[in-house]
Amino acid sequence: MNNVISLHIVRFIVLILVQAIVLNNINFLGYINPYLYILFILLYPAKNNRMLFIFISFLLGLGVDLFSDSGGVHAAACVTIAYMRPVVLKFAFGTSYDYQTIKFSLTEFGQRLTYFSILIIVHHIILFSLEIFNSTKILLILKKSLFSGVFTLLLCLLITVLFSRKNK
Amino acid sequence: MQQIINFLIRNKTFLLFVLLFSISLFFTIQSHSYHRSKFINSANFLTGGVYASLNNIDGYFNLRTENEILLEENSLLKAVLYNSEVNAVSKEILDSTHVASHYKLTPAEVYKNSYSATNNYLIINKGQQDSIGEDFGVISSKGIVGIIDNTSNGYSRVISVLNTNIRVNAKLKKTNHFGTLTWNGNSPKIVQLIDVPNQAPVAIGDSIVTGGLSTIFPKNIPVGTVVDFKLDETENYFTLDIELYNDMTNIGHVYIIENKDFSEISTLSTADE
Repeated sequence: MNNVISLHIVRFIVLILVQAIVLNNINFLGYINPYLYILFILLYPAKNNRMLFIFISFLLGLGVDLFSDSGGVHAAACVTIAYMRPVVLKFAFGTSYDYQTIKFSLTEFGQRLTYFSILIIVHHIILFSLEIFNSTKILLILKKSLFSGVFTLLLCLLITVLFSRKNK
Repeated sequence: MQQIINFLIRNKTFLLFVLLFSISLFFTIQSHSYHRSKFINSANFLTGGVYASLNNIDGYFNLRTENEILLEENSLLKAVLYNSEVNAVSKEILDSTHVASHYKLTPAEVYKNSYSATNNYLIINKGQQDSIGEDFGVISSKGIVGIIDNTSNGYSRVISVLNTNIRVNAKLKKTNHFGTLTWNGNSPKIVQLIDVPNQAPVAIGDSIVTGGLSTIFPKNIPVGTVVDFKLDETENYFTLDIELYNDMTNIGHVYIIENKDFSEISTLSTADE
Protein backbone atom coordinates (compact mmCIF):
# COMPACT_ATOMS: atom_id res chain seq x y z
CA MET A 1 0.00 0.00 0.00
CA ASN A 2 2.77 2.44 0.94
CA ASN A 3 4.49 1.57 -2.26
CA VAL A 4 1.44 2.68 -4.25
CA ILE A 5 1.18 6.00 -2.40
CA SER A 6 4.84 6.86 -2.89
CA LEU A 7 4.54 5.93 -6.58
CA HIS A 8 1.75 8.48 -6.94
CA ILE A 9 3.63 11.17 -5.05
CA VAL A 10 6.68 10.70 -7.27
CA ARG A 11 4.49 10.69 -10.37
CA PHE A 12 2.78 13.91 -9.23
CA ILE A 13 6.07 15.79 -8.78
CA VAL A 14 7.79 14.36 -11.86
CA LEU A 15 4.84 15.16 -14.13
CA ILE A 16 4.64 18.80 -12.94
CA LEU A 17 8.37 19.29 -13.40
CA VAL A 18 8.44 17.62 -16.82
CA GLN A 19 5.49 19.77 -17.88
CA ALA A 20 7.10 23.00 -16.66
CA ILE A 21 10.65 22.38 -17.82
CA VAL A 22 10.30 20.43 -21.05
CA LEU A 23 6.79 20.30 -22.46
CA ASN A 24 5.82 23.96 -22.01
CA ASN A 25 8.74 24.88 -24.25
CA ILE A 26 7.99 22.64 -27.20
CA ASN A 27 5.77 25.13 -29.08
CA PHE A 28 5.47 22.88 -32.11
CA LEU A 29 4.38 25.01 -35.11
CA GLY A 30 4.32 28.00 -32.80
CA TYR A 31 1.51 27.07 -30.42
CA ILE A 32 1.09 23.30 -30.01
CA ASN A 33 2.12 22.04 -26.59
CA PRO A 34 1.26 18.67 -25.09
CA TYR A 35 -0.18 18.68 -21.58
CA LEU A 36 1.11 15.36 -20.39
CA TYR A 37 0.62 16.08 -16.67
CA ILE A 38 -3.07 15.05 -16.82
CA LEU A 39 -1.77 11.49 -17.12
CA PHE A 40 -1.75 11.62 -13.32
CA ILE A 41 -5.53 12.08 -13.31
CA LEU A 42 -6.04 9.52 -16.07
CA LEU A 43 -4.07 6.81 -14.29
CA TYR A 44 -5.22 7.51 -10.74
CA PRO A 45 -6.71 4.30 -9.29
CA ALA A 46 -10.39 3.90 -10.12
CA LYS A 47 -11.16 2.86 -6.58
CA ASN A 48 -10.55 6.00 -4.60
CA ASN A 49 -11.75 8.58 -2.16
CA ARG A 50 -13.45 10.93 -4.58
CA MET A 51 -13.09 14.12 -2.55
CA LEU A 52 -9.39 13.54 -2.00
CA PHE A 53 -8.95 12.80 -5.69
CA ILE A 54 -10.64 16.06 -6.75
CA PHE A 55 -8.55 18.00 -4.28
CA ILE A 56 -5.29 16.42 -5.47
CA SER A 57 -6.24 17.21 -9.07
CA PHE A 58 -6.79 20.82 -8.04
CA LEU A 59 -3.31 20.92 -6.51
CA LEU A 60 -1.86 19.35 -9.65
CA GLY A 61 -3.43 22.00 -11.86
CA LEU A 62 -2.42 24.78 -9.51
CA GLY A 63 1.16 23.50 -9.57
CA VAL A 64 1.29 23.71 -13.35
CA ASP A 65 -0.38 27.15 -13.19
CA LEU A 66 2.33 28.39 -10.86
CA PHE A 67 5.01 27.48 -13.36
CA SER A 68 3.27 28.77 -16.45
CA ASP A 69 1.78 32.03 -15.06
CA SER A 70 -1.69 31.22 -16.32
CA GLY A 71 -3.88 32.19 -13.37
CA GLY A 72 -6.06 29.19 -12.57
CA VAL A 73 -6.86 27.71 -15.96
CA HIS A 74 -5.09 24.39 -15.47
CA ALA A 75 -6.62 24.01 -12.01
CA ALA A 76 -10.13 24.59 -13.37
CA ALA A 77 -9.68 22.10 -16.21
CA CYS A 78 -8.17 19.47 -13.90
CA VAL A 79 -10.94 19.76 -11.30
CA THR A 80 -13.56 19.34 -14.01
CA ILE A 81 -12.10 16.18 -15.52
CA ALA A 82 -11.46 14.76 -12.06
CA TYR A 83 -15.12 15.32 -11.22
CA MET A 84 -16.49 13.80 -14.41
CA ARG A 85 -14.04 10.89 -14.53
CA PRO A 86 -16.38 8.23 -13.05
CA VAL A 87 -18.95 8.88 -15.80
CA VAL A 88 -16.33 8.56 -18.51
CA LEU A 89 -14.92 5.44 -16.87
CA LYS A 90 -18.34 3.82 -16.93
CA PHE A 91 -18.87 4.86 -20.53
CA ALA A 92 -15.49 3.62 -21.76
CA PHE A 93 -15.04 0.42 -19.78
CA GLY A 94 -18.65 -0.60 -19.35
CA THR A 95 -19.48 -3.18 -16.73
CA SER A 96 -15.99 -3.91 -15.52
CA TYR A 97 -15.93 -0.47 -13.93
CA ASP A 98 -18.85 -1.38 -11.66
CA TYR A 99 -16.77 -4.01 -9.94
CA GLN A 100 -13.94 -1.53 -9.46
CA THR A 101 -11.41 -3.93 -10.88
CA ILE A 102 -9.81 -1.85 -13.56
CA LYS A 103 -6.07 -2.15 -14.02
CA PHE A 104 -5.20 0.33 -16.74
CA SER A 105 -2.31 -1.72 -18.00
CA LEU A 106 -4.63 -4.69 -18.59
CA THR A 107 -7.42 -2.94 -20.44
CA GLU A 108 -8.04 -3.19 -24.15
CA PHE A 109 -6.38 -0.60 -26.34
CA GLY A 110 -9.63 0.63 -27.89
CA GLN A 111 -11.31 1.21 -24.54
CA ARG A 112 -8.27 3.01 -23.23
CA LEU A 113 -8.23 5.20 -26.35
CA THR A 114 -11.87 6.31 -25.86
CA TYR A 115 -11.31 6.97 -22.17
CA PHE A 116 -8.15 9.03 -22.77
CA SER A 117 -9.48 11.02 -25.71
CA ILE A 118 -12.75 12.07 -24.02
CA LEU A 119 -11.02 13.37 -20.91
CA ILE A 120 -8.19 15.00 -22.87
CA ILE A 121 -10.50 16.87 -25.22
CA VAL A 122 -12.70 18.12 -22.35
CA HIS A 123 -9.63 19.23 -20.45
CA HIS A 124 -8.20 21.07 -23.44
CA ILE A 125 -11.41 22.83 -24.38
CA ILE A 126 -11.86 24.16 -20.84
CA LEU A 127 -8.19 25.05 -20.64
CA PHE A 128 -8.07 27.07 -23.84
CA SER A 129 -11.49 28.72 -23.43
CA LEU A 130 -10.43 30.03 -20.04
CA GLU A 131 -6.97 30.97 -21.23
CA ILE A 132 -8.12 32.91 -24.28
CA PHE A 133 -11.35 34.05 -22.56
CA ASN A 134 -12.81 35.66 -25.65
CA SER A 135 -15.86 34.28 -27.43
CA THR A 136 -14.93 35.93 -30.72
CA LYS A 137 -11.87 33.70 -30.92
CA ILE A 138 -13.79 30.44 -30.72
CA LEU A 139 -12.06 29.10 -33.84
CA LEU A 140 -8.66 29.65 -32.28
CA ILE A 141 -9.85 27.86 -29.14
CA LEU A 142 -11.09 24.85 -31.09
CA LYS A 143 -7.99 24.74 -33.26
CA LYS A 144 -5.67 24.85 -30.26
CA SER A 145 -7.69 22.23 -28.34
CA LEU A 146 -7.78 19.85 -31.28
CA PHE A 147 -4.11 19.99 -32.24
CA SER A 148 -2.75 20.07 -28.70
CA GLY A 149 -5.24 17.33 -27.77
CA VAL A 150 -3.96 15.00 -30.50
CA PHE A 151 -0.40 15.67 -29.39
CA THR A 152 -1.27 15.00 -25.73
CA LEU A 153 -3.16 11.83 -26.62
CA LEU A 154 -0.26 10.42 -28.64
CA LEU A 155 2.18 11.20 -25.86
CA CYS A 156 -0.08 9.72 -23.16
CA LEU A 157 -0.52 6.48 -25.11
CA LEU A 158 3.21 6.25 -25.79
CA ILE A 159 4.09 6.81 -22.14
CA THR A 160 1.55 4.27 -20.88
CA VAL A 161 2.82 1.66 -23.34
CA LEU A 162 6.45 2.37 -22.51
CA PHE A 163 6.06 2.33 -18.75
CA SER A 164 3.52 -0.45 -18.38
CA ARG A 165 4.77 -3.44 -16.44
CA LYS A 166 4.13 -6.72 -18.13
CA ASN A 167 2.17 -9.00 -15.83
CA LYS A 168 2.75 -12.40 -17.29
CA MET B 1 -31.43 22.07 9.86
CA GLN B 2 -31.18 18.30 9.68
CA GLN B 3 -32.19 18.46 6.03
CA ILE B 4 -29.59 21.08 5.19
CA ILE B 5 -26.84 18.98 6.76
CA ASN B 6 -28.10 15.91 4.94
CA PHE B 7 -28.09 17.83 1.71
CA LEU B 8 -24.52 18.97 2.31
CA ILE B 9 -23.36 15.44 3.09
CA ARG B 10 -25.13 13.95 0.09
CA ASN B 11 -23.68 16.45 -2.34
CA LYS B 12 -20.29 16.95 -0.74
CA THR B 13 -18.34 15.89 -3.83
CA PHE B 14 -20.28 18.20 -6.07
CA LEU B 15 -19.92 21.07 -3.62
CA LEU B 16 -16.18 20.51 -3.35
CA PHE B 17 -15.98 20.52 -7.13
CA VAL B 18 -17.93 23.78 -7.35
CA LEU B 19 -15.79 25.35 -4.65
CA LEU B 20 -12.48 24.41 -6.24
CA PHE B 21 -13.71 25.32 -9.70
CA SER B 22 -14.75 28.77 -8.56
CA ILE B 23 -11.43 29.29 -6.82
CA SER B 24 -9.59 28.54 -10.05
CA LEU B 25 -12.02 30.69 -12.00
CA PHE B 26 -11.28 33.53 -9.58
CA PHE B 27 -7.54 33.14 -10.21
CA THR B 28 -8.17 33.03 -13.95
CA ILE B 29 -10.21 36.21 -14.00
CA GLN B 30 -7.58 37.93 -11.90
CA SER B 31 -4.90 36.90 -14.36
CA HIS B 32 -6.88 38.50 -17.16
CA SER B 33 -6.85 41.92 -15.60
CA TYR B 34 -3.72 43.99 -15.64
CA HIS B 35 -1.92 44.50 -12.34
CA ARG B 36 -4.15 42.25 -10.31
CA SER B 37 -2.66 38.82 -10.87
CA LYS B 38 -0.90 38.68 -7.55
CA PHE B 39 -1.62 35.25 -6.15
CA ILE B 40 -0.48 32.71 -8.68
CA ASN B 41 2.70 33.80 -10.36
CA SER B 42 6.04 32.21 -10.96
CA ALA B 43 8.15 34.99 -9.43
CA ASN B 44 8.42 33.18 -6.12
CA PHE B 45 11.05 31.25 -4.26
CA LEU B 46 10.00 27.79 -5.41
CA THR B 47 9.37 28.20 -9.12
CA GLY B 48 12.01 30.91 -9.49
CA GLY B 49 14.55 28.53 -7.97
CA VAL B 50 13.62 25.74 -10.37
CA TYR B 51 13.91 28.06 -13.34
CA ALA B 52 17.23 29.41 -12.03
CA SER B 53 18.85 25.98 -11.88
CA LEU B 54 17.40 25.14 -15.27
CA ASN B 55 18.84 28.32 -16.74
CA ASN B 56 22.28 27.38 -15.40
CA ILE B 57 22.31 24.43 -17.76
CA ASP B 58 20.32 25.97 -20.56
CA GLY B 59 22.54 29.05 -20.75
CA TYR B 60 25.44 27.12 -22.25
CA PHE B 61 23.49 26.22 -25.34
CA ASN B 62 22.93 29.82 -26.37
CA LEU B 63 26.40 31.20 -25.66
CA ARG B 64 27.25 31.66 -29.32
CA THR B 65 24.13 33.63 -30.27
CA GLU B 66 24.33 35.65 -27.04
CA ASN B 67 27.91 36.59 -27.90
CA GLU B 68 26.88 37.67 -31.36
CA ILE B 69 24.11 39.86 -29.96
CA LEU B 70 26.54 41.45 -27.50
CA LEU B 71 29.10 42.06 -30.26
CA GLU B 72 26.42 43.68 -32.40
CA GLU B 73 25.42 45.95 -29.55
CA ASN B 74 29.06 46.79 -28.78
CA SER B 75 29.72 47.84 -32.35
CA LEU B 76 26.59 49.98 -32.29
CA LEU B 77 27.65 51.70 -29.06
CA LYS B 78 31.18 52.20 -30.38
CA ALA B 79 29.78 53.77 -33.52
CA VAL B 80 27.81 56.22 -31.37
CA LEU B 81 30.89 56.94 -29.27
CA TYR B 82 33.25 57.59 -32.20
CA ASN B 83 30.69 59.67 -34.04
CA SER B 84 30.14 61.77 -30.94
CA GLU B 85 33.80 62.86 -31.04
CA VAL B 86 33.40 64.01 -34.63
CA ASN B 87 30.22 66.05 -34.39
CA ALA B 88 29.81 66.93 -30.77
CA VAL B 89 26.23 68.23 -30.72
CA SER B 90 24.26 65.75 -32.82
CA LYS B 91 20.77 64.80 -31.80
CA GLU B 92 21.63 61.30 -30.60
CA ILE B 93 24.07 62.55 -28.01
CA LEU B 94 21.62 64.92 -26.46
CA ASP B 95 19.28 61.97 -26.18
CA SER B 96 21.81 59.59 -24.71
CA THR B 97 23.00 62.03 -22.03
CA HIS B 98 19.37 62.65 -21.25
CA VAL B 99 18.85 58.93 -20.78
CA ALA B 100 21.91 58.65 -18.57
CA SER B 101 20.81 61.29 -16.09
CA HIS B 102 17.18 60.31 -15.59
CA TYR B 103 17.14 56.60 -16.17
CA LYS B 104 19.05 53.86 -14.42
CA LEU B 105 19.74 50.66 -16.35
CA THR B 106 20.23 47.28 -14.66
CA PRO B 107 21.24 44.23 -16.67
CA ALA B 108 19.32 41.02 -16.00
CA GLU B 109 19.10 37.49 -17.30
CA VAL B 110 15.88 35.89 -18.55
CA TYR B 111 15.06 32.68 -16.69
CA LYS B 112 11.78 31.85 -18.34
CA ASN B 113 10.14 33.14 -21.48
CA SER B 114 6.86 32.11 -23.06
CA TYR B 115 5.30 33.24 -26.30
CA SER B 116 2.66 30.69 -27.27
CA ALA B 117 -0.10 31.62 -24.80
CA THR B 118 -2.31 34.70 -25.07
CA ASN B 119 -0.90 36.22 -21.88
CA ASN B 120 2.83 35.71 -21.82
CA TYR B 121 5.24 36.51 -19.03
CA LEU B 122 8.99 36.42 -18.52
CA ILE B 123 10.88 35.70 -15.31
CA ILE B 124 14.14 37.58 -14.79
CA ASN B 125 16.78 37.17 -12.12
CA LYS B 126 16.60 40.60 -10.48
CA GLY B 127 14.15 41.44 -7.71
CA GLN B 128 13.55 43.61 -4.68
CA GLN B 129 17.07 43.07 -3.34
CA ASP B 130 18.41 44.76 -6.48
CA SER B 131 15.91 47.60 -5.86
CA ILE B 132 13.71 46.58 -8.77
CA GLY B 133 10.05 47.51 -8.42
CA GLU B 134 6.78 47.34 -10.27
CA ASP B 135 6.27 49.35 -13.46
CA PHE B 136 9.91 49.36 -14.47
CA GLY B 137 10.42 48.95 -18.20
CA VAL B 138 12.39 46.05 -19.65
CA ILE B 139 14.25 46.31 -22.98
CA SER B 140 16.78 44.21 -24.85
CA SER B 141 19.52 45.57 -27.06
CA LYS B 142 17.15 45.48 -30.03
CA GLY B 143 13.94 46.89 -28.59
CA ILE B 144 11.28 46.73 -25.93
CA VAL B 145 10.45 43.51 -24.11
CA GLY B 146 7.84 44.37 -21.48
CA ILE B 147 6.96 45.87 -18.11
CA ILE B 148 7.63 44.44 -14.65
CA ASP B 149 4.38 43.66 -12.84
CA ASN B 150 5.44 41.61 -9.86
CA THR B 151 8.61 41.25 -7.83
CA SER B 152 9.80 38.84 -5.19
CA ASN B 153 13.08 38.98 -3.29
CA GLY B 154 15.29 37.66 -6.04
CA TYR B 155 13.07 37.47 -9.12
CA SER B 156 10.63 39.61 -11.06
CA ARG B 157 7.86 38.82 -13.45
CA VAL B 158 7.69 40.81 -16.67
CA ILE B 159 4.52 41.25 -18.73
CA SER B 160 5.80 40.54 -22.20
CA VAL B 161 4.74 42.74 -25.13
CA LEU B 162 3.12 39.49 -26.26
CA ASN B 163 0.39 39.84 -23.65
CA THR B 164 -3.15 40.91 -24.47
CA ASN B 165 -3.21 43.08 -21.32
CA ILE B 166 -0.21 45.23 -22.15
CA ARG B 167 -0.58 48.87 -23.20
CA VAL B 168 2.53 50.85 -24.15
CA ASN B 169 2.66 54.33 -25.58
CA ALA B 170 4.46 54.32 -28.95
CA LYS B 171 4.78 56.66 -31.90
CA LEU B 172 5.92 56.94 -35.49
CA LYS B 173 9.61 57.73 -35.61
CA LYS B 174 9.36 60.35 -38.39
CA THR B 175 6.46 62.30 -36.91
CA ASN B 176 5.03 62.55 -33.44
CA HIS B 177 1.73 60.78 -34.08
CA PHE B 178 1.34 58.32 -31.27
CA GLY B 179 -0.83 55.32 -30.48
CA THR B 180 -1.15 52.45 -28.04
CA LEU B 181 0.83 49.26 -28.47
CA THR B 182 -1.20 46.08 -27.84
CA TRP B 183 -1.17 42.48 -28.97
CA ASN B 184 -4.05 40.50 -30.49
CA GLY B 185 -2.63 37.11 -29.49
CA ASN B 186 -2.01 35.72 -32.96
CA SER B 187 1.62 35.83 -34.05
CA PRO B 188 4.63 36.26 -31.73
CA LYS B 189 6.34 38.38 -34.40
CA ILE B 190 3.56 40.93 -34.96
CA VAL B 191 2.10 43.40 -32.46
CA GLN B 192 -0.56 46.06 -33.04
CA LEU B 193 -0.44 49.82 -32.67
CA ILE B 194 -3.99 51.10 -32.27
CA ASP B 195 -5.57 54.55 -32.08
CA VAL B 196 -3.14 56.28 -34.44
CA PRO B 197 -4.96 59.32 -35.87
CA ASN B 198 -5.77 58.99 -39.58
CA GLN B 199 -3.91 62.21 -40.39
CA ALA B 200 -0.67 60.41 -39.68
CA PRO B 201 1.38 59.76 -42.85
CA VAL B 202 1.78 56.01 -42.30
CA ALA B 203 3.64 53.91 -44.86
CA ILE B 204 4.72 50.29 -44.86
CA GLY B 205 8.28 50.05 -43.58
CA ASP B 206 8.04 53.01 -41.19
CA SER B 207 9.84 52.66 -37.88
CA ILE B 208 7.91 52.69 -34.61
CA VAL B 209 9.56 53.83 -31.37
CA THR B 210 8.32 54.33 -27.81
CA GLY B 211 6.60 57.64 -27.30
CA GLY B 212 7.93 58.85 -23.98
CA LEU B 213 4.46 59.95 -22.84
CA SER B 214 4.40 57.29 -20.15
CA THR B 215 6.81 57.34 -17.27
CA ILE B 216 7.91 53.76 -17.87
CA PHE B 217 9.94 53.90 -21.08
CA PRO B 218 12.17 56.74 -22.24
CA LYS B 219 11.60 58.21 -25.68
CA ASN B 220 12.87 56.60 -28.89
CA ILE B 221 13.42 53.02 -27.84
CA PRO B 222 12.97 50.98 -31.03
CA VAL B 223 9.86 48.79 -31.28
CA GLY B 224 9.51 47.58 -34.87
CA THR B 225 8.52 48.38 -38.44
CA VAL B 226 5.05 48.75 -39.96
CA VAL B 227 4.11 45.76 -42.13
CA ASP B 228 0.42 46.50 -42.64
CA PHE B 229 -2.12 49.17 -41.71
CA LYS B 230 -5.85 49.75 -42.03
CA LEU B 231 -8.53 52.08 -40.70
CA ASP B 232 -10.55 50.77 -37.75
CA GLU B 233 -14.37 50.64 -37.60
CA THR B 234 -14.78 54.30 -36.75
CA GLU B 235 -12.60 55.29 -39.75
CA ASN B 236 -10.86 57.87 -37.60
CA TYR B 237 -7.93 55.85 -36.44
CA PHE B 238 -5.38 53.53 -37.98
CA THR B 239 -4.62 50.08 -36.66
CA LEU B 240 -1.03 49.21 -37.55
CA ASP B 241 0.56 45.77 -37.68
CA ILE B 242 4.11 46.05 -36.47
CA GLU B 243 6.88 43.52 -36.89
CA LEU B 244 9.05 43.58 -33.77
CA TYR B 245 12.80 44.15 -34.06
CA ASN B 246 13.15 41.81 -31.11
CA ASP B 247 12.85 38.10 -31.68
CA MET B 248 10.59 37.47 -28.68
CA THR B 249 11.13 33.73 -28.98
CA ASN B 250 14.84 34.11 -28.25
CA ILE B 251 15.67 36.52 -25.44
CA GLY B 252 18.68 35.96 -23.21
CA HIS B 253 19.81 39.21 -21.62
CA VAL B 254 17.70 42.27 -20.94
CA TYR B 255 18.05 45.68 -19.32
CA ILE B 256 15.68 47.01 -16.69
CA ILE B 257 14.99 50.73 -16.94
CA GLU B 258 14.23 52.63 -13.80
CA ASN B 259 12.86 56.13 -14.24
CA LYS B 260 14.30 58.13 -11.35
CA ASP B 261 11.64 60.81 -11.77
CA PHE B 262 8.83 58.28 -11.62
CA SER B 263 7.51 59.22 -8.17
CA GLU B 264 7.83 62.93 -8.88
CA ILE B 265 5.85 62.67 -12.12
CA SER B 266 3.21 60.40 -10.65
CA THR B 267 2.58 62.75 -7.69
CA LEU B 268 2.15 65.56 -10.20
CA SER B 269 -0.30 63.66 -12.30
CA THR B 270 -2.35 62.38 -9.37
CA ALA B 271 -2.34 65.79 -7.66
CA ASP B 272 -5.57 66.99 -9.20
CA GLU B 273 -7.50 63.74 -9.02
